[in-house]
Amino acid sequence: MRYLMMTTDDASAAGGPPDEAMMAEMGAFIEEMTRAGVLLATGGLEPGGKRITSSGGKVTVTDGPFSEAKEQVVGFALVEVRDEAEAIEVSRRFWAIVGDGRGTIQRVFGPGDDFPG
Amino acid sequence: MTSDAHRTAETVWRLESGRIIAGVAGVVRDVGLAEELAQDALVAALEQWPESGVPGNPGAWLMTVARRRAVDRIRRDHRYAERLADIGHRMETAATAEVDPERIEDDMLRLIFTACHPVLPEPSRVALTLRMLGGLTTTEIARAFLIPEPTVAQRIVRAKKTLGDAGVPFEVPSGADRADRLSSVLAVLYLIFNEGYAATSGDDWLRGDLCREALRLGRLLAGLMSREAEVHGLVALMEVQASRARARTGPSGEPVPLPAQDRALWDPLLVRRGFAALLRARELGGPPGPYVLQAGIAACHARAATAADTDWPQIAALYDVLARVAPSPVVELNRAVAVGMAHGPAAGLAVLDAVAGDAPVRDRHLFPSVRGDLLERLGRDAEARAEFRRAAELTANEAERRALLRRAGGA
Repeated sequence: MRYLMMTTDDASAAGGPPDEAMMAEMGAFIEEMTRAGVLLATGGLEPGGKRITSSGGKVTVTDGPFSEAKEQVVGFALVEVRDEAEAIEVSRRFWAIVGDGRGTIQRVFGPGDDFPG
Repeated sequence: MTSDAHRTAETVWRLESGRIIAGVAGVVRDVGLAEELAQDALVAALEQWPESGVPGNPGAWLMTVARRRAVDRIRRDHRYAERLADIGHRMETAATAEVDPERIEDDMLRLIFTACHPVLPEPSRVALTLRMLGGLTTTEIARAFLIPEPTVAQRIVRAKKTLGDAGVPFEVPSGADRADRLSSVLAVLYLIFNEGYAATSGDDWLRGDLCREALRLGRLLAGLMSREAEVHGLVALMEVQASRARARTGPSGEPVPLPAQDRALWDPLLVRRGFAALLRARELGGPPGPYVLQAGIAACHARAATAADTDWPQIAALYDVLARVAPSPVVELNRAVAVGMAHGPAAGLAVLDAVAGDAPVRDRHLFPSVRGDLLERLGRDAEARAEFRRAAELTANEAERRALLRRAGGA
């Protein structure tokens, strides 16, 4: 089954840039997880982004920043695991490298999670 | 929280057992003993973690405890005395927490090759691979393969004994038999995959899990043997086949043949991964082996937006090569389908009838079903109906039987 892991940021912590040792450790972790077939896709997100609103058949694009946004998703990882416990374990390893922070993991439903078809 | 600590221990074990067993086997050079010591470490975790809390790096904790136990065992047990000289210099480093990642990767590769050693019968290779590298329990393996648990347990015990008795060295083969040994590893993974893939009942997720295990192990192997085109070929083949999982079964459980599948249900992520693996295989060059060729065929299907867009001449050409590289009646059967689509039903029928003498193929329902198709397209309706009737008698799938009988004119 697949889970989407997201790291969120409410701008309360003045997080400096990650140091080199942490980046190296994270790089090794990402490589290991990719090779194990656990990590399917990952990336960091630009702050803010654009807001898309669809209303009455009309799509409106609004530029950020959005002052009312309390929490923003700043990074994501899509993982393939055997069960929720494994997703939590992968998450635990991620946070052991990153340190303080918060995020969510949510099961992803879609074609292909009903093995066998 | 006892149950939380237990769940964490079991989960970490499933994720890391391959690495841990390999890391211990690197010290003791005996996979049976390595597995036993790694299991001891798991038991220690189940006992201690509820009291002491889960350590910061649980995988490393298990590895360290298992390797320490390995060192203790060798020092204590006179049966391993002769190994002391051999592994003396490794012992000092083994008991420390520092694990050299490259060493572990080498050890994992040795573990895979040992578990798939030809001295073992194939079912034992499968069980040992799933147990040692997939971290599956005996119960899980038994349920996935629909066989009694004691049978699996016995297979594993016997396999470990056989490896010990035969003095199989803990190493990756080099030289002349390396290609054969790699074929044996790939065959075991593909066997596991197909066991899951062939399970046609949609609610039988446990067997479908075997597809995922095989893919996981394949991806792992591709990381460890990135210079081997056939490994990437096998991974590509499994990724693309797995992408069709949802589309392969119709609402009443009948198998949906590839041309009739709803391609919107194919998993694009797995398709892309399959393409990427196939590209890696092709970049390595050399004459394509059986898995690269089969992956090429699967990729041809995956590239077609609709069944009508399928590049049948290309698929038929790939089957022609496959028939030379890895000839088999089953390949001929598939080649007949491709040739029939690419160059007309008469050409397909000629390929098919050339293997009609092979009883195992002739007596599978696919043979008369393909033959019926080709005859129908040639306008030989009475003969076609007779083939569909015969196919209906041979298939084990009830929904498919009904579909074949409809084509046979309900007779």
